[in-house]
Amino acid sequence: MQTDFLNEARRQAEICNACRYCEGYCSVFPALHAERAFSDGNLTQLANLCHNCRGCYYACQYTAPHEFNLNLPQALANVRQQSWEEFAYPQSAAKAFQKNGALIALMATVGFAFFFWLAKQVATIGGEGFYAILSHNMMIAIFMPAFVFPLVSIGISLRRYWRSVDGGPVKFVHLKKAFIAAAGMKNLRGGHGDGCNFEDTDRFSQGRRYAHQAVMYGFLLCFAATSSATVLHYVFDMPAPYPFWSLPKLLGVIGGVLLSLGSVEMVRLKLKSDKTLAADKAFSGEVGFVGLLGFVAISGLLLYFLGSTTAMPVLLVLHLGAVLAFFVLTPFTKMVHGFYRLAALARDAQRTK
Amino acid sequence: MNKHSTTPGSNWDVVVVGGGNAALCAAMTAAEEGARVLILETAPKAYRGGNSRHTRNFRCMHHGPLGPLVDSYTEDEYFSDLMKVTGGKTHEGLARLAIRSSEECLPWMEEHGVRFQPSLSGTLSLARTNAFFLGGGKSLVNAYYRTAEKLGVTVKYEAAVTHIELDDDRVSYLDYTLADKTHRVFPKSVVVASGGFQADTEWLARAWGPAAKNFLIRGTPYNRGVVLADLLDQGVEQVGDPTQCHAVAIDGRAPKFDGGIVTRLDCVPFSIVVNKNAERFYDEGEDVWPKRYAIWGRLVAAQPDQVGYVIIDAKSLNLFMPSVFPPIKADSIEELAEKMGLPPVALKSTVEEFNRSCGDTSNFHPTELDGVRTTGLNPAKTNWARPITEAPFYGYSLRTGVTFTYLGLKVDENAQCSVGNRPIANLWAAGETMAGSILGQGYLAGFGMTIGTVFGRIAGKEAAAYAN
Repeated sequence: MQTDFLNEARRQAEICNACRYCEGYCSVFPALHAERAFSDGNLTQLANLCHNCRGCYYACQYTAPHEFNLNLPQALANVRQQSWEEFAYPQSAAKAFQKNGALIALMATVGFAFFFWLAKQVATIGGEGFYAILSHNMMIAIFMPAFVFPLVSIGISLRRYWRSVDGGPVKFVHLKKAFIAAAGMKNLRGGHGDGCNFEDTDRFSQGRRYAHQAVMYGFLLCFAATSSATVLHYVFDMPAPYPFWSLPKLLGVIGGVLLSLGSVEMVRLKLKSDKTLAADKAFSGEVGFVGLLGFVAISGLLLYFLGSTTAMPVLLVLHLGAVLAFFVLTPFTKMVHGFYRLAALARDAQRTK
Repeated sequence: MNKHSTTPGSNWDVVVVGGGNAALCAAMTAAEEGARVLILETAPKAYRGGNSRHTRNFRCMHHGPLGPLVDSYTEDEYFSDLMKVTGGKTHEGLARLAIRSSEECLPWMEEHGVRFQPSLSGTLSLARTNAFFLGGGKSLVNAYYRTAEKLGVTVKYEAAVTHIELDDDRVSYLDYTLADKTHRVFPKSVVVASGGFQADTEWLARAWGPAAKNFLIRGTPYNRGVVLADLLDQGVEQVGDPTQCHAVAIDGRAPKFDGGIVTRLDCVPFSIVVNKNAERFYDEGEDVWPKRYAIWGRLVAAQPDQVGYVIIDAKSLNLFMPSVFPPIKADSIEELAEKMGLPPVALKSTVEEFNRSCGDTSNFHPTELDGVRTTGLNPAKTNWARPITEAPFYGYSLRTGVTFTYLGLKVDENAQCSVGNRPIANLWAAGETMAGSILGQGYLAGFGMTIGTVFGRIAGKEAAAYAN
């Protein structure tokens, strides 16, 4: 890993450890104060525990122009970003996509093109609705590998992470604590429950926490919608299309709305935030990723509302292209942070026992 | 100062001089009473808040658990803690007023945006007496500025007050500079909350002699006592000895100004401390560190070149809070002496003499007075005396770090200033600039914020009442 980022984070962590004023903000500080010296592994773990809520930055009496020049959110964001690139499999893909919104957009375009080409080549005969464009089996044939590959890749990354942070055998209680912390986004509550500092310097707000929750739960609902449809298709022999009052549609519409609104709000907040407190040069990659996620959600919703119009084939192709790009890029974009966060929270649960 | 621009519409009810905790408490209170309030803060926005930026807690009386505080802390216990550290040099009436009022301050602080957290790791001994600010003093300052602005208080940064004109027993006007221009305002009331004079090294040197040049200033470089000097020159009643201050021994490598909390060193009880001639000069194990840290600033100030050197060995390295700068490390005492600029032979002999006078160390207990002491050594070390034998050896240099000076404005229980023996009708003071009215010497952790909050609120209320 690039030692500059690690050394800068180490310098700052040593100052923080002599101060400790921020102990109550989030999980980072109790973990930091438990050490006397900081190995690369310690810093990687602290970096992935940090949710970039920025409470510590605005509370810090040692930020620039003070000569100590502390900016812990950025120092940790740089180590974190670097760790995702380092542990990724294959590494070169993460290096290409993590910080590059344009490449993410390009990848989505490639996805669109692929489906346009496919739809032209393959004449589905006798299918209904979406399957008139592409058969169900064809979709499965494309999305199965596009889904399995990221999972394998992320599995390898997490293994690398776990080794670097000296993780022990994972028990149920560690995962339970990690999922509870993630479910309530505990580390964006600011310790006092007033939220974090993000879009308006030192003013606390729940804006980012709520927007992030909308994205996360929206995504999970959409995922649940697809999963429930798969079960209906294979187990109950009930192929799509489904009516509104069905599990796939209800989950999908609610999830899609949450994900769309959440993504738009995340980008809006990000634009208002101080970029010098985030990882170097990661802005475009992050906005590219949230943009892609938002596009998946919005195109999915449009598909629902305009599914019986002539716009349907075009929308379907755009939606499927975006979903494909999203899945394939998951290990190499900001999307992967969720997996690292859970790992870091589980590792922290091991520390606190 | 030949031409003054008077800002249009500047008929302020209350002008608050200073921008730290006491100033903000006064400004918010006055604004809540309906006054039009202007804060003049010398520092730029990034450094606003004076020494409050560096604070971390508020010492608070309470009956039963209150906010983050456990158990109870009675007025008498609080007062007796204060008397111990000040050696009795305390104004009892004002001290008790501050102590008694502290209990109602804590919920008031929360209502005005301050958030507390449990006692920090490494400071568990304060969990009952001191309420810690979540994020420290700068987060408190940030919250208060937000609240003050919501209450309609106007804040000007980099606004340096140069003169407060006293006309018999009332303030008639006030001059300040902002962006190279001088402004004059005619407020109905003035609250001075602009701290001590410790950042004016010349003034310190007048009181302490040239030794003061070697002192480090732990807090803001903006507390230069300009307004304090201006008022004292006009005969406003003063209080306190110019050499008295809250001073602690800090890492000798700390920056000249603004080093704050991280420059403290907690290793003294586990060490021997020598001067530049490698001689010990005081009992390092007299009491637990939180009760003794405030006397070491003066002890070091009394040594040649105002510097001390802490020597510990490997077995003590992890017994205290980590230091911001790593200790100097060596495999032998002589090597350590050379690295630290101490006479090696003398240091070796001091350490050996100390080691010989250590006895049974089996009762050693780092967080309690363990009675593990030296015999036949002068000065004795009366607790935690373990021989310094285990390489590697570590050293820190110590310098005097001044937090704030006690020479200040004398106030009464209404925080009101006086001239001769008459009160000044429209001048009040709060915070470090009047803390000498209560503290004669010594310091009790978290009491500065208590004084600032209590007297800031009183001053704000009185100033608004007068203006109305």
